[in-house]
Amino acid sequence: MFKHIAPNSRITRRTLLKTLGLGGTAALLPDRARAAALPASGGETATLLDLSKCIGCGACVQTCREVNASRYPDPVKPLPTLLPPGTRNEDFSDKRGDDTRLTPYNWLFIQSARVDGKEVHIPRRCMHCQNPPCANLCPWGAASKRESGTVSIDAEVCLGGAKCRDVCPWQIPQRQSGVGLYLHILPTMAGNGVMFKCDRCQDRVATGQLPACVEACPQSVQSVGPRNELAAAARRMARERGGYIYGLEENGGTNTIYYSPVPFEKLEAAVAKGPGKPHLASVADSMADSNTLAWAVLLAPLAGAASALLKGTKRILASREAKGGSHE
Amino acid sequence: MNSAWIYRIAMAVLAVSGVAQMPVFKRYGIASIPGFGWTADYFFTHRLHYAAAALLLFWLARRLMTGGPAALGRARLWLLGVLVLTGAVRVLKNLPDVDFSPLTVMLVDWTHLAAAMAIGLAALLMLARRRADARAPINRR
Ligand code: SF4
Ligand code: SF4
Ligand code: SF4
Repeated sequence: MFKHIAPNSRITRRTLLKTLGLGGTAALLPDRARAAALPASGGETATLLDLSKCIGCGACVQTCREVNASRYPDPVKPLPTLLPPGTRNEDFSDKRGDDTRLTPYNWLFIQSARVDGKEVHIPRRCMHCQNPPCANLCPWGAASKRESGTVSIDAEVCLGGAKCRDVCPWQIPQRQSGVGLYLHILPTMAGNGVMFKCDRCQDRVATGQLPACVEACPQSVQSVGPRNELAAAARRMARERGGYIYGLEENGGTNTIYYSPVPFEKLEAAVAKGPGKPHLASVADSMADSNTLAWAVLLAPLAGAASALLKGTKRILASREAKGGSHE
Repeated sequence: MNSAWIYRIAMAVLAVSGVAQMPVFKRYGIASIPGFGWTADYFFTHRLHYAAAALLLFWLARRLMTGGPAALGRARLWLLGVLVLTGAVRVLKNLPDVDFSPLTVMLVDWTHLAAAMAIGLAALLMLARRRADARAPINRR
């Protein structure tokens, strides 16, 4: 059994639940997104960005802003005074036009760098990790990952504690204070707004359209498809054209795969980094240790039962010995 | 170790590491007290929560096997049951390639939180009652 479900193996939810005897539970927990954004072949959908094609025109950024403008936050002013003193609001509502970084009003921006005599432009947004710490560790159930591979944050539910940003290897989600559920709970004492980031245009995808940035690109930089196919395509491109890949292994694998004609170490050294400007360094799987421990959690009841049996056996043996002794 | 102590230690570590899953220790300055920096390390406290959950499950299984469900008391059995089941769904969700619908995730997270708070409240009530009971004979004298 345990060989089948090693912590790092790629298994489907159904196999796992079946293995654990929870097949019935699976039926009770439908993924309503399944039909929407899942390709016919099943599995996760990824995007592959061929950076050798990107001219940095920004059409994708412009489209993202237009298509998603109706979902941007509209904070109440003045923003709530936060406790304890020293806790700060984060307010981008006066910088809505800033497209030089990720903000609650800008979910995609272009990073540019000159490396080995080549000008490289990198559209940056959420990587849509295959095992996203932001969604796994959200204590409030506001962030989640679909079977389609899309990671989204529910703006109606999010309390803006920004834990998702803290645990994201790229600090992608961005906070706007003065909006969201916390205003109706304990606005001064807990919560601080709503976190915003790219959700791969899930509303568009649900109606059979492509993500807006994919559609708008005049260079066809992005391809969308089943992850295994795009991963294979990226490897083939790297082999045949001598380029480099980012995202296959990063944070345990992401559903955003970059192909670049120059090494990512050089791009990482050359791009401007900082708040809202994510890095391009290699990233280890942040959930790996917890998921190794998960096996201890799942096995613990068996160990407890075994220890009870052992205790019982010892008691029986001891009473037998005692009886044997009394005969003498 | 005494069985009751395994339960107490597991529950205490679960409570602290569970609260630490919410962004409060940093905001409220606990993490800046020397020696308490770890309370704001989400990945560390997450592992701690798992380790304590394993200890609780070990204790629970042993207790149920040796004493039967009656040994726990009906209220505690129910609350622990909800806590363990919702916790198990969360552990599964965190494994690679296991995804539940956003609505399921939200309801499970809220139920887990509510069960934990109910257990904490029940523990406080019991403590208060025990104190009152201990004092009662003295008052009567
Ligand atoms: S890149 Fe960050 S925000 Fe996006 S899915 Fe991964 S952890 Fe979450
Ligand atoms: S997928 Fe949609 S939300 Fe994400 S960057 Fe592209 S246009 Fe913006
Ligand atoms: S629209 Fe296409 S070419 Fe223009 S910046 Fe975006 S990805 Fe690059």
